[in-house]
Amino acid sequence: MTAVTHDHDAPYQPVFVGDRRKELDALFPLYPTKMACILPALWMVQEDRGWISDEGMAEVADVLELTPAYVKGVVTFYTMYNTHPVGKYLIQVCTTTPCNICGAEDVVGAFLEHTGCGELGITSADGRFTVIEVECLGACGFATPVMINEGFVESVTAARVPEIVAGLK
Amino acid sequence: MGYPHPSHAGETPVLSQYFGDQDGIGLDGWRKRGGYDGLQKALSMSPGEIVDVVKASGLRGRGGAGFPTGIKWSFMKIGDGKPHYLCCNADESEPGTFKDREIMRWTPHALVEGCAIGAYAIGAETAYIYIRGEFTEPLIRMRQAVREAYDAGIIGRNAMGTGKRIDVVIHKGAGAYICGEETAMMNSIEGRRGNPRIKPPFPAVSGVFAQPTTINNVETLAAVPHIIMRGADWYKGMSLSSPKSTGSKLFSVCGNIAKPGNYEVTMGFSFRDFLYDLCGGPLPGRKFKAVVPGGISVPIQTMEEAEATKMDYEGFIEQGSMLGSGGVIVFDDQQNMVKQIARAARFFAHESCAQCTQCREGTAWTTKIMERIRDGEGTHEDLDTLFSIADNMTGKTICVLSDSCAVPVVSGINKFRSEFEALIKKPKFHAVTAAVA
Amino acid sequence: MATTAEPTTAVTQPKMVNLTIEGRPVSVPEGTSILEAGKRAGVLIPHYCYHPGLSIAGNCRMCLVDVEKAPKLAPACATAAAEGQVVHIYTEKALEARKGVLEMLLINHPLDCPICDKSGECELQDFTYQEGPAESRLRDPKRFNPIEDFGGDVLYTTNRCILCTRCVRFMDEIAQDTVLNVTERGDRALIGKFEGKDLTHAWAGNVIDLCPVGALLSKDSLNKARSWELDHAPSICPGCSQGCNISIDTRDNMVIRLRPRPNENVNKYFMCDTGRLDYRWINRQDRVEVPLMRRGESLAAADWDVAIPATAALLDGRRVFVAASPNLSNETLYLLAQLIRANGGTGAFTVPTGPEAPLPGVPDLSLRADRAANGDGAALLGFRRTTGLLDGLTAGDVLVVADADAASITPAQLALAAAVIVIGTTLPENLRTAAIVLPIANYAEEDGTFTNLRGRVQRFSQAKAAPGMARPSWWVVGDVLAALGKGNAYYLASEVFAAMAADVSAFAGMTYDALGMRGLVVSGGAQ
Repeated sequence: MTAVTHDHDAPYQPVFVGDRRKELDALFPLYPTKMACILPALWMVQEDRGWISDEGMAEVADVLELTPAYVKGVVTFYTMYNTHPVGKYLIQVCTTTPCNICGAEDVVGAFLEHTGCGELGITSADGRFTVIEVECLGACGFATPVMINEGFVESVTAARVPEIVAGLK
Repeated sequence: MGYPHPSHAGETPVLSQYFGDQDGIGLDGWRKRGGYDGLQKALSMSPGEIVDVVKASGLRGRGGAGFPTGIKWSFMKIGDGKPHYLCCNADESEPGTFKDREIMRWTPHALVEGCAIGAYAIGAETAYIYIRGEFTEPLIRMRQAVREAYDAGIIGRNAMGTGKRIDVVIHKGAGAYICGEETAMMNSIEGRRGNPRIKPPFPAVSGVFAQPTTINNVETLAAVPHIIMRGADWYKGMSLSSPKSTGSKLFSVCGNIAKPGNYEVTMGFSFRDFLYDLCGGPLPGRKFKAVVPGGISVPIQTMEEAEATKMDYEGFIEQGSMLGSGGVIVFDDQQNMVKQIARAARFFAHESCAQCTQCREGTAWTTKIMERIRDGEGTHEDLDTLFSIADNMTGKTICVLSDSCAVPVVSGINKFRSEFEALIKKPKFHAVTAAVA
Repeated sequence: MATTAEPTTAVTQPKMVNLTIEGRPVSVPEGTSILEAGKRAGVLIPHYCYHPGLSIAGNCRMCLVDVEKAPKLAPACATAAAEGQVVHIYTEKALEARKGVLEMLLINHPLDCPICDKSGECELQDFTYQEGPAESRLRDPKRFNPIEDFGGDVLYTTNRCILCTRCVRFMDEIAQDTVLNVTERGDRALIGKFEGKDLTHAWAGNVIDLCPVGALLSKDSLNKARSWELDHAPSICPGCSQGCNISIDTRDNMVIRLRPRPNENVNKYFMCDTGRLDYRWINRQDRVEVPLMRRGESLAAADWDVAIPATAALLDGRRVFVAASPNLSNETLYLLAQLIRANGGTGAFTVPTGPEAPLPGVPDLSLRADRAANGDGAALLGFRRTTGLLDGLTAGDVLVVADADAASITPAQLALAAAVIVIGTTLPENLRTAAIVLPIANYAEEDGTFTNLRGRVQRFSQAKAAPGMARPSWWVVGDVLAALGKGNAYYLASEVFAAMAADVSAFAGMTYDALGMRGLVVSGGAQ
């Protein structure tokens, strides 16, 4: 699992320059409008900066010729976009009904304990972990699935958690 | 096959034949397994001929609505001068359902082929595959497959050398169950909040980018190459039951059961045999208590109902539920139905897009009451209120997320009332008592 | 055998559909919604998110009606009227459904009526009274969010919001400045904006009127009055030459606020913020309240029956120069023009100007550069538009300053005039050397008409009483003409209008009745 530590206090650096700009430009011919590229553009910002700040939203608005308020409305609709900085590893545990009956809450408890977070949604003191509950990840037969950033881990049990956390440097 | 378990003799592996087969993922391996023969044949037919074959096969939408696919395709007027679009709904987010991810990660080219045939059949040059953002592996596999298909000239400006243009674009979602609703998905592709649209207008008239559009589920499209190659009669003949339900269906099985996984059976299979034989029955020392057979949005079945069910569209309706997406969630005797229904309500409250009053407020209100009952603070009055809220949430909104939240609540209280009663100590809410307590 | 068709002059009629709503047969053009058809049939179907000036959202679900043979209740705003449809609004099924919607709307809505400005003119109150639940069944805590200042004149009380999105749609579609959005999902959703991008659009204040509940409030009129204390007078905004139709809302003879009034041909449903917030001058207290006549170094109060003859005596046989305000009514300007005709002389007016601010989503609607209500009327009636107000004033003229902005007038110019008569609402410092001052009502204190930049003549009605002994402006000028023997005295603005319509061809055929609430365009169109 590779992850990058982001300096969330540093001033915002534009994302859509150089190769990223070329990547965005390559998307425009695939859709009749620039607005349709908003989800991919937001993914690029999150991949590069770890989360989507107001400056990030303003930059996306600028390159797609939309208003920042419009972009913000879209960002806050979709739960995978982080609107606040998160730990180096964002641990997302599914606790919806099919996983809930297979011990998902125990998995959450184990992650909270072994990451040192203690509480959902807060980032651990060393900045490495944030643990959150998410809704159905679409891997119900492989309970409990856990996403760690973009990585997808199947069949996590409370017993496997210490080993998983130990592997996240 | 019952991936990740070995195939069971009772299965009919059509779509799932290569689940778990690493060599079938890439283009070369897929071609050795008959891949793209269907597209080749389809491109030599007219769109109308393809639509007729699919109609005759009786294929129905596998996303949950069960609408006859051939009829849906026939709504698209070829030659109307407007750009047509095919949207493949790979947003699979219905709790209990995880079949499309398997199709995409084990047989990505099957979906590319199905989309290509579907696009051609409806006069579309562009197919958008909307894959939910959480599907890391399917996204990687599908992107790779699309690249391979373009490089090999299978799709693109000159699909398989026929001069016909077929473009396939992977569009990654960002975390919204509601984007699995077809009009919400179209809004999401357009770069908007994933709000469902009022119908009419219907997608075939005004869909994505206000152009004629057809939306199909992954499993539906993956079946199309097989139907083209082996014929409508083959597909129809695969059903053990009524002519209204043909072909095979992938059932995703999860929860408290010995062998969770995806099982492909013909329509009309015995649900009893399915649960106890194919899927291995309950975990050691436990007994089944309840089943949700089609994703969390369909009514909960008692084991009595489930064990009498024939697995097709009509069969599930006869036994108090619906086939829906085919996501089978099994609850055993260790589970607290009140807690799980509360958790289901919380799911819907989290996912409501916030347009319609009854859904926006009703899902959250239902959750609050259910959690209060779960925590022992519920009253008998609350049960009446829950039924009333459920009634207000049914048949009165732009889309059926609202209805879906009401379903587990109503079926749960009706069929497992004793579990609710056990947690209720008070007849009515008494403000003073609560304040003092 | 081919035949050539005769070109037809008939207007193509839209295809009509006939349906029945609550037992009333009604015929509407194909494509009309059931809700609009209901209005035509005289029935108001309860609704929130629908507004005729905005796109259809269909999200509030308040307009659910029972259509015979339909399996589900239909949202009337989003369902087309169809031939032979039979629509019931008050069946038990529909009433239960709408009651359910109201209950849900009130779940997180704070029961703020005692402290909410919208109380008394709130659609949530109205429909809840009409068909809502009598009690709340909520036993759990309500969601809470703090109030937000959206900038401009707009305050957003999040908790009261029913997420109808009228405000979002207005800013997006009509103002075409997408500064408002819906943020979050589910019951966490609220209307939002982007940090640093406020609601400062020239037309943003309209979201306050559009809001069906007390979520979006005017900071300017916050907590100033209860809606049921207000009197409403239909009027015209005097801020510019667009002539937006408004309502002047007063309490105890003070203007509390201005709001737009619908006029399909002028302003649709909207008015700009500049006009909306510029009403304090109507309430100013430094008014001339009695006729004043020069006695030596100072001006002394006098009765009308002394001041009018004295004015006539001053004017008798002398040329006049009338410096008129472009905010005087057509009626008053017409009578002043009669004076000019009778005595010989000239009339002039200046118009203050400012930047334009169009409302892109409505054709031909803008805050106009000409910041006066009746510049076009003045021009039609023979007054000369100028930049130097008193240019052309000849020695020996009697200068009549008819409520014009006198700031540019110099003592040297005043010295040219044989005498200075002020017919006005206030007495500016530099006109204190006037011989006679006749106090008049301002436009909100009398009836009259303005002519907008497209030549539309529109009525405005008296909203408040004039102070002291001030009289309607046309009344005063009419009395002066009568005293001069050069015209009639009038007691009704409609009579002055009738005289003008008979005399000035542009207004031919018009009457107050014919003008109604919509106005009419002068013959020959705009100048």
